[in-house]
Amino acid sequence: MKLKHIIERVMNTVFFVCGMVSIAAVLLITIYMVIAGLPAILEIGPIDFLLGQVWQSTAKDPQFGILPFIMTSVWGTLGAVLIGVPIGLCTAIFLAKLAPPKIAAVVHPAVELLAGIPSVVYGLIGMMVLVPGVMNVFQLKSGSTLLTAILVLAVMILPSIISVSETALRAVPREYEEASLGLGATWIETICKVSVPAAKSGIAAGVVLGVGRAIGEAMAVMMVAGNVANMPGLFTSVRFLTTAVASEMSYAADGSLQKQALFSIGLILFIFIMVINLLLGRILKKGDTAK
Amino acid sequence: MRKSTKRVFALFTACALMASLTACGGTQDQTADNSGEQTATLSGAVATGGSTSVEKVIGALSESFMESNPDVDVTYDPTGSGAGITGAADGTLDLGLSSRSLKEEEAAQGLKETTFALDGIAIVVNKESPVTDLSLEQIKGLADGTITNWSEVGGNDAPVVLIGREAGSGTRDGFESIVGVEDTCKYEQELTSTGAVIAGVAANPNAFGYASLSAVDDTIKAVTVDGVEASEATVQDGTYKIQRPFIFVTKDGEELSAQAQAFVDYATSDAADELITAAGAVPLA
Repeated sequence: MKLKHIIERVMNTVFFVCGMVSIAAVLLITIYMVIAGLPAILEIGPIDFLLGQVWQSTAKDPQFGILPFIMTSVWGTLGAVLIGVPIGLCTAIFLAKLAPPKIAAVVHPAVELLAGIPSVVYGLIGMMVLVPGVMNVFQLKSGSTLLTAILVLAVMILPSIISVSETALRAVPREYEEASLGLGATWIETICKVSVPAAKSGIAAGVVLGVGRAIGEAMAVMMVAGNVANMPGLFTSVRFLTTAVASEMSYAADGSLQKQALFSIGLILFIFIMVINLLLGRILKKGDTAK
Repeated sequence: MRKSTKRVFALFTACALMASLTACGGTQDQTADNSGEQTATLSGAVATGGSTSVEKVIGALSESFMESNPDVDVTYDPTGSGAGITGAADGTLDLGLSSRSLKEEEAAQGLKETTFALDGIAIVVNKESPVTDLSLEQIKGLADGTITNWSEVGGNDAPVVLIGREAGSGTRDGFESIVGVEDTCKYEQELTSTGAVIAGVAANPNAFGYASLSAVDDTIKAVTVDGVEASEATVQDGTYKIQRPFIFVTKDGEELSAQAQAFVDYATSDAADELITAAGAVPLA
């Protein structure tokens, strides 16, 4: 009896401590990012930092404007969503409502595999296939462009959009669809006008998850985007917020303004991700109350 | 319950104590053995710092130096050539490291330079490019965007695509400072490793880029600069233009600490040649 009691208490503590680990990690990261990121923003000036269009971190007269990175991340993510969401949503509808079991049995593992492919592999294939492809198709002098990055990101966000939307579509009560069919609507009409609207909060959650993945991706875009700090254009070489940090971190001298500014970029990226997560939380909550 | 917790705790402490005791014993034995092997033991710290480009070479040299002199601690603070020279002048560094020769006014402060390695930077183009030779002036034009078409320098009618390294890279710093295009390069791609630059140049018929001499392979083509081929020999005899020295900066006439002198001697000895080559630089002839 006594031993059982002890085990109970000990295990309780173990679970509690494990639960605290992630909270501690989030807190630590948040505090560290703010401490490491704020000084450079204050030193450069928030306006010059956020709205400056020139990034020349190692020039004799260095300039630290990250607007090109912010705009690139925004446009890049938007572009990826524009391509990825229609494809992802249609795949989810196909899997949840239309696919014959035999075909679904092939598509399903393929989507799951897509989620498991490391981003460096996406980058590698993008570099070997997409970069020369974009260069030849659009007759550009170099294929490392925002468009190439968008294409890679669009494929990378597919799995999160598909799996979350599919789950949401499957959760739509059968009665809704039956009622629609009973009123004489065709199966496709039912899907478009009943199932998808009923699952919209779940689909939105999938999209936001995809946005989070796209904006946080570094490795794959670093390999295909060219990494020059230009203001974004579909056919120009661009640098994302993530790659701005990753590409200069290894050589930035400790304590230099350059290194501090890289942490500041990290802080801005962190804020972006926080906002997206908050948004995700609200969407999911709204979905729950609607039910 | 409390009793048993205590017991467990005591057990843990005992284990930890025993572990740490054995660990201590082990290291003590080892150091004793090592120092026994050395005939004249050097000890103490060697504070070095300066050019970021030199970091890799110094890292390789100091690692191997510390292996044979375990009591010496060589540190490197990559703050830039200017800071390395200043550090040597005001005595905060035992050895300053610079990837350029001293300017006259710096030498006038009573500083002395000791070259221990050379850095050759190859100008590489795609294999399909008909361009085989470029002058320093042409390279400058290609890099800063005054020459935008290859036909201006004897190539095909095609746009020029400059592929280079990220800000802060030593190779980029070397290329830009030697060619005289600091902060004015019109990059099409900024990649984070020499290998990526070479892969990028190999993939684009209109590309040109720069890479450490040691990294040049047969997937791309290194052009001759003013008629001189880039090779270890031409860098060593000074005929290849795109090169720079890696130097130790010390105060002239002042004696270095024994461990710092030993490190300089080691870095300039023949024994260091292989390490210097492995780190991507060219040893002295």
